[in-house]
Amino acid sequence: MNNKQVSRRDFLKASAVSGAVFSLGFYLPGSANNAEIISVAEAENYGIELNAWIHIETSGKVTIFSHRSEMGQGVYQAIPQIIAEELEVNLADIHVVFAKGNLKRYGSQNTGGSSTIREFYKILLNLGASAREMLLQAAAGSWGVSKSECYAQGGYVFHKPSGRIESPKRLHYGQLVEAASKLTPPKDYVLKKRSEYKLVGKPLLRLDTPFKTNGTAVFGMDKVLPGMLYAAVERNPRLRGKVKSFDDSQTWKIPGIKHVIKVKMVVFDTYREGIAVVADSTWAAMQGKKALKIEWDDSGFEHLNSEEIYKRQNLALQTQEGLSFKSQGEASEIISASANKIDVVYETPYQYHGCMEPMNCTAYYQEDKLEIWGPTQNPDMVQEYISKDMNIAKEKIIVNLTFLGGGFGRKSFMDYPHEAAVISRQIKAPVQVVWTREDDATQGPFRPGISYRCEGVIKDGKIDAFKYRMAGQNNMHWLTGKKDAVNGSTSEGFLKPYYETIKNLSIRDVPFATPIPTMWWRSVYASTNGFAFESFMDELAADAGRDPLDFRRAHLNDERLHLLIDKMENVSGWKDKKKGEGYGTAITECFSTTVGEVVKVSRQADGSIKIDQVWVVMDCGWYVNPDTIRAQIEGSIVMGLGAATMHEVRFIDGKAVDTNFSTYQMPRITDIPPIQIHIMENDEVAGGVGEPALPPFAPALTNAIFDLTGKRIRKLPFSLASV
Amino acid sequence: MTKMTLKINGSDHTLEADPNMPLLWAIRDLVGLKGTKYGCGVAQCGACVVHLDGDAIRSCVTKVSRAEGKQVVTIEGLSKNNDHPAQLAWQQLDVPQYGYCHSGQIMSAAVLLREKADPTNQDIDDAMAGNICRCGTYLRIRKAIVLAAELQKKTVKQG
Repeated sequence: MNNKQVSRRDFLKASAVSGAVFSLGFYLPGSANNAEIISVAEAENYGIELNAWIHIETSGKVTIFSHRSEMGQGVYQAIPQIIAEELEVNLADIHVVFAKGNLKRYGSQNTGGSSTIREFYKILLNLGASAREMLLQAAAGSWGVSKSECYAQGGYVFHKPSGRIESPKRLHYGQLVEAASKLTPPKDYVLKKRSEYKLVGKPLLRLDTPFKTNGTAVFGMDKVLPGMLYAAVERNPRLRGKVKSFDDSQTWKIPGIKHVIKVKMVVFDTYREGIAVVADSTWAAMQGKKALKIEWDDSGFEHLNSEEIYKRQNLALQTQEGLSFKSQGEASEIISASANKIDVVYETPYQYHGCMEPMNCTAYYQEDKLEIWGPTQNPDMVQEYISKDMNIAKEKIIVNLTFLGGGFGRKSFMDYPHEAAVISRQIKAPVQVVWTREDDATQGPFRPGISYRCEGVIKDGKIDAFKYRMAGQNNMHWLTGKKDAVNGSTSEGFLKPYYETIKNLSIRDVPFATPIPTMWWRSVYASTNGFAFESFMDELAADAGRDPLDFRRAHLNDERLHLLIDKMENVSGWKDKKKGEGYGTAITECFSTTVGEVVKVSRQADGSIKIDQVWVVMDCGWYVNPDTIRAQIEGSIVMGLGAATMHEVRFIDGKAVDTNFSTYQMPRITDIPPIQIHIMENDEVAGGVGEPALPPFAPALTNAIFDLTGKRIRKLPFSLASV
Repeated sequence: MTKMTLKINGSDHTLEADPNMPLLWAIRDLVGLKGTKYGCGVAQCGACVVHLDGDAIRSCVTKVSRAEGKQVVTIEGLSKNNDHPAQLAWQQLDVPQYGYCHSGQIMSAAVLLREKADPTNQDIDDAMAGNICRCGTYLRIRKAIVLAAELQKKTVKQG
């Protein structure tokens, strides 16, 4: 098992020396639904760029080129696990190589939206099966027998009838490489049933763990190039600001300083400027940065405070109807006419991604050629953007992926690779740009803080009308430039089967903008929408005088969801609530996966709220590795706990003011409640697993607190110490 | 700039450095051992924990000059074969997700395990509360420390 990055051409060249290879890959002529499986040689002939491929050498060594980046969610292991299942090789014999960033070659490599498995699992299964069938055919041909008499296992093809049962005739895959490489990928094979799986669905250990226990995993900041310099950049602390002038006389007194230059980096439709200090060590660069005296140009955009942002969101929600995402029946009319309507506002904060590895990127520009090494979730967009902005041909830009020390959406952005490239071009040397924690915490982009107005009317114990408006920065408005168009962000998190039963329903987006750059954050809009949707569902249930789980059941005509709710009820002891215990629940959908959570709370002697237990039930359909899923769920709960009860990005005078973990408090080992996890077993289409457990946590918690105390919490974050 | 010799993972490294440079950057940039991580620079997150004469210290706020004449152990030197009881337990329970913080987590845990053969939950809280994990692997870290303590006892018995 190794972790390398080489180009396909280098790889083919190296393999050619050692003899023939058998390689098979897939490409996507259109969508993920019509992937074509072809040999790498054929792809070369026709100039087709493959998305991923398997490579088997005469030694029997199997290599998988993976086109996704690893940021802790287990792709590094899941892709080999899926391919090995159908290819019939031992997981330990598989080597994984991360592909380099290249939009044309691999299709989108953006690792986001919990998408790797759910989009590609069927293709990967077919890729493994096609290769296996070709190896079977090659063996059958060499023995002069029918393929149907042969079977594959553990990297060998066996011919059962020709030997004793305990030691049948066999050929190693390496011996079949030459013959298999001359065959055409078959169409007539059968994929295994889930019950036949030996690897998929099993809690296998991850392949990358040993590199992460002895310091050998190479993260972005661990990359070293000969002659590489280190840079730290003092950027305008306001999110769209420029440099007016600077004084670097103190900086130059620090030993090791090599360059002090003005730089810029892209932030959506604008640039942020700063002064880069380049030195012979990270420390010298950081010291030099501190010694700079800079006069900023902060004109042309508003300098907002958090308070003002939420005041404006509230005003917008009280005065504007906004754009309709979904409207059916007469929700507004019924609500206006009702004397008993519920009308409440929920507030969710801006959040910082807080990757433990601060942003960093290494770049080397030389004569119209640029190579980048970095922790990025989005190598093809980096290539595309830099090509345009710096006027370098796309094929002259190579983006190499390192391990990511956390992504959570932040590392899909191209500001930090862009800045590294700009600096390298100016100083004509390889450079590693390291953001300080303070840079990382204050410069965004952040998860947008969003306010919601929810209105509803209960009639005969059920929802008669439901109206929901969000006011907050909608990333799709930025990305698409369509500021007046609704998009899916508005309903993320909401269970779609409610559309059938809530006849009078209105879901709306009130456009709202600030100069603060915002970006996806784990579970994206479900992370904030879910709080509003599921807090409000609880308020409606209380108004109807009904049990919160029964109330949801009564509004869902969907068998999978009923099974999920039954499971939640059973595992949590929902019906056996004791005195002094508060139970709360929430169910949200995110990236085609539904998660229901139950939280149990009690009050401590000192008055604080204690989270006694969290139960998570996930229905993600077909899945690969239950242990990876459990790990992702545990992580999602912890991240949700921080966002609900500990931290938020606060703005004063246009600047994010919490600069480090001393005031931006993160959950620690002492804060973590017990978490019990259940995964629903079915063969439905695979959903994401890295993010969907986050959104229900905050509302399940606040609903539990309501159950215990009668107090509604409608603003996040709140403190468990003072409810 | 001062010339100094550091003893890291049993080997001597002679370097020229600003004596005020944090040990973290000396280890990473001057010695070239990249397993010790930069997380916050202000002793809040624990990503940079190394052992200085056996104590778990934050190398991001420890001046390199303080390490002169002392034994520095980094994650690379914790064991020869990635088989310290904490490393083995971390592997068996698949503790890391993105893994960036775990050099520091393991180095903190290693000192706890040396001092307490049977760490209680409170011992684990006390020893590990200074290490942030953004992936939220805390439940597994707790389990891994308990497992490492068991593995450690077996090793002692066999040894």
